[in-house]
Amino acid sequence: MTDLLRTTDRGLYCEVGDFYIDPWMPVERAIITHAHGDHARWGSSTYVCSTECERVLRTRIYNANITTRSWNETFHINGVTLSFHPAGHILGSAQIRVVHRGERWVVSGDYKTEPDPTCTPFEPVRCDVFITESTFGLPIYRWTPQSETFADIAAWWRSNREAGRASIIFAYALGKAQRILAGLANIAEGRFYTHGAVERLNNDYREGGVPLPPTTYAGSVSKNHDWTGALIIAPPSAGGSTWLRRFGTSSTAFASGWMRVRGARRRRSVDRGFVLSDHVDWPALMETIDATGAERVLVTHGYRDPVVRALREKGLDADSLASRWEGEGESELQEDIVPDDEVAPE
Amino acid sequence: MKRFAKLFSEIDTTTRTNEKVDAMSRYFTHADPADAAWAVWFLSGGRPKRLVPVRMLATWAMEESGVSSWLFEESYHAVGDLAETIALLLPDSSSSSDAPLDEWVRDKLLAIGGASEEKQKAIVLDAWRSLGGIERFVWNKLITGSFRVGVSQSLLVRALSRASAVPEGTISHRLAGDWRPTAEAYQKLVAEGTEAPPESSPYPFYLAYALESELEDLGSVDEWQAEWKWDGIRAQLIRRNGSTYIWSRGDDLLTERFPELVEAAEWLPDGTVIDGEILPWRDGRPLPFAQLQRRIGRKNLTPKIRSEVPISLVAYDLLELNGDDVRDKPMSRRREELSKLIQSTNAESRFLLSPIVAASTWEEIRTAKEKARDLGSEGLMLKRLDSPYGVGRRKGGWWKWKLDPYSVDAVMVYAQPGHGRRALLHTDYTFAVRDGDTLVPFAKAYSGLTDAEIREMDAWIRRNTVEKFGPVRSVKPEQVFELGFEGIQASPRHKSGIAVRFPRILRWRKDKPASEADTLDSLKALLARAEGGGS
Repeated sequence: MTDLLRTTDRGLYCEVGDFYIDPWMPVERAIITHAHGDHARWGSSTYVCSTECERVLRTRIYNANITTRSWNETFHINGVTLSFHPAGHILGSAQIRVVHRGERWVVSGDYKTEPDPTCTPFEPVRCDVFITESTFGLPIYRWTPQSETFADIAAWWRSNREAGRASIIFAYALGKAQRILAGLANIAEGRFYTHGAVERLNNDYREGGVPLPPTTYAGSVSKNHDWTGALIIAPPSAGGSTWLRRFGTSSTAFASGWMRVRGARRRRSVDRGFVLSDHVDWPALMETIDATGAERVLVTHGYRDPVVRALREKGLDADSLASRWEGEGESELQEDIVPDDEVAPE
Repeated sequence: MKRFAKLFSEIDTTTRTNEKVDAMSRYFTHADPADAAWAVWFLSGGRPKRLVPVRMLATWAMEESGVSSWLFEESYHAVGDLAETIALLLPDSSSSSDAPLDEWVRDKLLAIGGASEEKQKAIVLDAWRSLGGIERFVWNKLITGSFRVGVSQSLLVRALSRASAVPEGTISHRLAGDWRPTAEAYQKLVAEGTEAPPESSPYPFYLAYALESELEDLGSVDEWQAEWKWDGIRAQLIRRNGSTYIWSRGDDLLTERFPELVEAAEWLPDGTVIDGEILPWRDGRPLPFAQLQRRIGRKNLTPKIRSEVPISLVAYDLLELNGDDVRDKPMSRRREELSKLIQSTNAESRFLLSPIVAASTWEEIRTAKEKARDLGSEGLMLKRLDSPYGVGRRKGGWWKWKLDPYSVDAVMVYAQPGHGRRALLHTDYTFAVRDGDTLVPFAKAYSGLTDAEIREMDAWIRRNTVEKFGPVRSVKPEQVFELGFEGIQASPRHKSGIAVRFPRILRWRKDKPASEADTLDSLKALLARAEGGGS
């Protein structure tokens, strides 16, 4: 029996239903887990995403033909039953449940189980086959409680203000930036400024009903603005650019799960690395897989081999599922669509 | 331990020199002398010897964290540092020890070397269970003898000076040589006054920066002196109270390695300190550095090795004369005294006065430099005639002007991930030259590419892997790099028969196909020239 979903050169494909999930090449019908550039690619004829995802997807893909579905609403394509379930990764991120002849598949997309006020929380979905991401699929990746991380960021910001410096934090423009804003809103004082890429998405979030503290687009203030004590949120691609010069004396930080490893922070050449990820860490990955009840697990997008091996040792039927985002050069990606937390190693 | 770990973390999370000095100065202002002594020792690169085999540490860490050995390996490959891997894998500790650094070092770190395996395990597990995140990392670095922190000796000296109000030069001098980390030694280190250290102590070495400007920008050639720059062991030879001490720049006491020099030093009057370069020397020119390494590596200095690799001290400066510190006198004056001293020794084959490269114009200096390689020298040292002997690396008085390195175009054949800062990227490459239809690996290089190039290369490597051997990947032989290196010599241990010294990447030759890379024959020609002394 052939698999309900399999990888083709255009992406993850359902032959019975004739649709793709997160295709990396233009296709007729694309079902999208979330709006990050490595999942939502330009050029398909039609897109289906969660209602919560629509606004940011429109910002990301100009003039797309988009249909939306509510959480848990079932719909059918060529006799295959589909539904979106919250993945807790960023605003509108979904797991996609695909059912045919009683066999239940779930494609996780990217997900995290930690609470995040900027998106609907993750819900485990029972299934027979679970296709999981594995971005941080090694036991060295274990997140510190986010309340501690936000307190650390607030303390760093405060000490920079006292030292007469601006604070620049690099974070992915879609999702991480908004999560940081929401996380700092009630525990830190001072004004938030943003890079244009972040500000556009802030507006989408606010329009989508996500409360964020007030932010000012850094490009909208006068040239000789005093940036002392300001917190500026910018995408990682702004690091080392001339755009940063305007802020004068500043301290830089990077917020990402990769910052758990000292070498990754040092390679970034930032002053501080804050461990804050929108992906599951190793314990949460293992717990989530257990919670799905799946007997078969396909591992994609990240540390596939170690995760597959660890799952097999637990007695599961696990395999690696290739994705476009491994073994491909970053250079092929435009800056704006570099996947969250940059490119996954391995 | 908490305060020391905090200090490490403060230094580690900034790239600003001032903040590093501030953090150290704050630490030393408040630290107990016993703790401060260890901090000085660790910050200046001191490492306890023979601790616990890392294999044991890894085994205990796997037990403690419930991670299997293959998963531990995978994790280690991703992190690139064993101490950190262990710190990241261990479960969070419930308690947090307040014991001071001195107690941790004396009762645990130093006690562990000679203990039974059972006792070692107990100490290590107790440490892991009673230390928090960053402290655990620092402890692991200490116990694996791999503790390193991004401060130079001169920053450490500056911080100690700031905390104690003792001048930097005095601190530096008191720290030179074999400084032992005790509370008493620390108190002496930061005690008021400028009292000097004991008789065996060397002076801090004066180090030159690489020449950054045109020769003409240095002013008139008459104000300068040029000498050959040698690739040996920079050393101070000390003769005081009838005893001789030889210190390397790395603060290793080398006296026993060079009995010829100790013998010759009998001719020197008490209260003499000479700065120079120890070189394997025969027939008026140095032997390859590898010969010196071979000799240093021997446990027993047999007459055979002594005759095969005779050594000399090429003397170029005089720091102490008749017991007086003469470092502030002008260089020309020190040189004059040095010259007289050497002539009076009857040991002129052991003490060679560093020859001056005669020149009346900068142009002649340029011409002379071209001859350096033929003489077995690696370039020129330029010294202002009126310069004092400084402390540490300083600009202005001395400059080193090294030869452009040898260079060849080579093909990348293997790649593996780096360590530390570059642990997630393939940064360590093995290069080969062509030999008929095959490629012969001859050098490994880590440095020379920009961060952007490293990422691009990493992506290319992942796409073009032929085979994986653990972390090492063989790649399609397509990428050509211009490699530079400082020296070349025959080596039966290398497949190519050739070993190069200090290889590094000069540039990525995207314009060149592998079929146009250099050949083994071109390397052999370089070797012939180096060995033949230009003949």
